[in-house]
Amino acid sequence: MSDQTGPKIPLPRIDEESRGYWEACARGELYVQQCGDCRLLRHYPRALCPDCLSSEVQWQRCTGKGRVYTFTVVHQNQSSGFREMVPYVLAYVELDEGVRMLTNIVECKADSVKIGMPVVVRFNDFGGGVSLPHFVPVKAKRRRRSRG
Amino acid sequence: MSGLDDAAIVGVFEHPTRWAPDKTQFQIHAESARGALDDAGLSIRDVDGLLSSGLSPIGIMALAEHLNLQPRYHDSTNIGGSTFVAQVLHAAAAISAGLCEVALITYGSKASSDRFAVGTGGLSGGDPPDQFEAPYGPTVMNSYAMVAQRHMHEFGTTAEQLAEVAVTIRRHASLNPVAKFRDPITVDDVLASRVVSSPLHLLDCCIITDGGGAVVVAKSDRVRDSRKEPVRILGGAEALRHTSAGKRDLLKIAAAQSGPMAMAMAGIEHADVDMCMIYDSFTITVLSTLENLGFCKLGEGGDFVSGGRIGLGGELPINTDGGGLSSNHPGMRGIFLVIEAVKQLRGECGARQVDDCSTVLCHGTGGMLGLRHSGVTLVLGRR
Ligand SMILES: [Zn+2]
Repeated sequence: MSDQTGPKIPLPRIDEESRGYWEACARGELYVQQCGDCRLLRHYPRALCPDCLSSEVQWQRCTGKGRVYTFTVVHQNQSSGFREMVPYVLAYVELDEGVRMLTNIVECKADSVKIGMPVVVRFNDFGGGVSLPHFVPVKAKRRRRSRG
Repeated sequence: MSGLDDAAIVGVFEHPTRWAPDKTQFQIHAESARGALDDAGLSIRDVDGLLSSGLSPIGIMALAEHLNLQPRYHDSTNIGGSTFVAQVLHAAAAISAGLCEVALITYGSKASSDRFAVGTGGLSGGDPPDQFEAPYGPTVMNSYAMVAQRHMHEFGTTAEQLAEVAVTIRRHASLNPVAKFRDPITVDDVLASRVVSSPLHLLDCCIITDGGGAVVVAKSDRVRDSRKEPVRILGGAEALRHTSAGKRDLLKIAAAQSGPMAMAMAGIEHADVDMCMIYDSFTITVLSTLENLGFCKLGEGGDFVSGGRIGLGGELPINTDGGGLSSNHPGMRGIFLVIEAVKQLRGECGARQVDDCSTVLCHGTGGMLGLRHSGVTLVLGRR
């Protein structure tokens, strides 16, 4: 379940503000940031708090659990990598910590996904030090990733 | 008094093309400019402000060159499809501030003949948020679909109610000789069309066309030159929405900010609005926009768009030209909201004319509703 073969999806271009997040993902850990001054919890990560512009950043490790806030089963996407993947499930997951992140729900039937459904993070290694946090239904049995 | 009283819309033109493989994009700009200036009774040599979008990053200079203009005011804002609605405000503000007197806003696109994947391609920008989104396959279309799914979940909105929007707007298109799709459709037709991104069906989505248009905004003391009755800019406001560091309620959109501000500037209430031109990229866009503008409560959009209320002859007709869902959508539709509003206010719309039309609210939405989007509200009226 590592390197992409065939058409490639766009992988993150890791930068100075996001490196800590992606390095944690590569270790199989999901983090959000909290402002050291105003305590705002935020995703995606950035160097300065968007509410108070403080540079005091605290990384908070997440449980990896959350619920589907909304989703769509995508049947049409003309860009490379996704064109070959349809149908796939694009979703916002609300983490137990209280922030929402865009992701894919994988390893389940697309038509079984529901809003409010409990999900848990599953890291998928795309090579080159990049692991993407995907989510799977909490009760799904662990099995081999079918995408990519 | 809106602070924009020194300016008025004096000319508009919607290019009739929907398929222009034999033209260039700049040719469509130029033909649209000619149409709008003819409509205004002005010459290209009168133009001292140039506004456009959908160009290359510094393409406004190339457009000025193509038209041999030396504008003293220019603007090439790009906030997606709502841009041209915003540019009417920008032009009016510039004129009111004395920065120019005759502002030309032009648009041209070959989205259809160039086979551009409007709405179903990936992200391209490389902005910081993209790396947390692009690997998951978001598109314009599926970002709106996620809003629709959430709306159905929270409020029980149905696919039939969304389909009502498409059916109503197709009926309007049947009255517009230059609309691309003019054959009436039913709710069942919408539901029977393939699901492109659940819960949205193909007929919940705007079409893809070539096209263009232009609008001329001029200083009031130039207005006496114009051939047609000038249209007043009563109020306007802009807003941006994004993921709010992971906290955003997807059902509260930019219109909730720009709508009340624009209406307050215009000094109007909802009951004063004779019709609306709402950016209809998708059926959910219309439903959510009407709620967020306050024409109904959040969650009541499904009922509001049903029962003929938003059709011609109804309480609040919208998108009388056939909208982006059926008439014309070359990628950035905002300019057509303004053009149809002006034609309605002048009483030029024939079979699709709204009776006694004196106040029109336009609302443009640009970008990806479920990720980052813009909203611009513009209130236009007869003098
Ligand atoms: Zn802070």
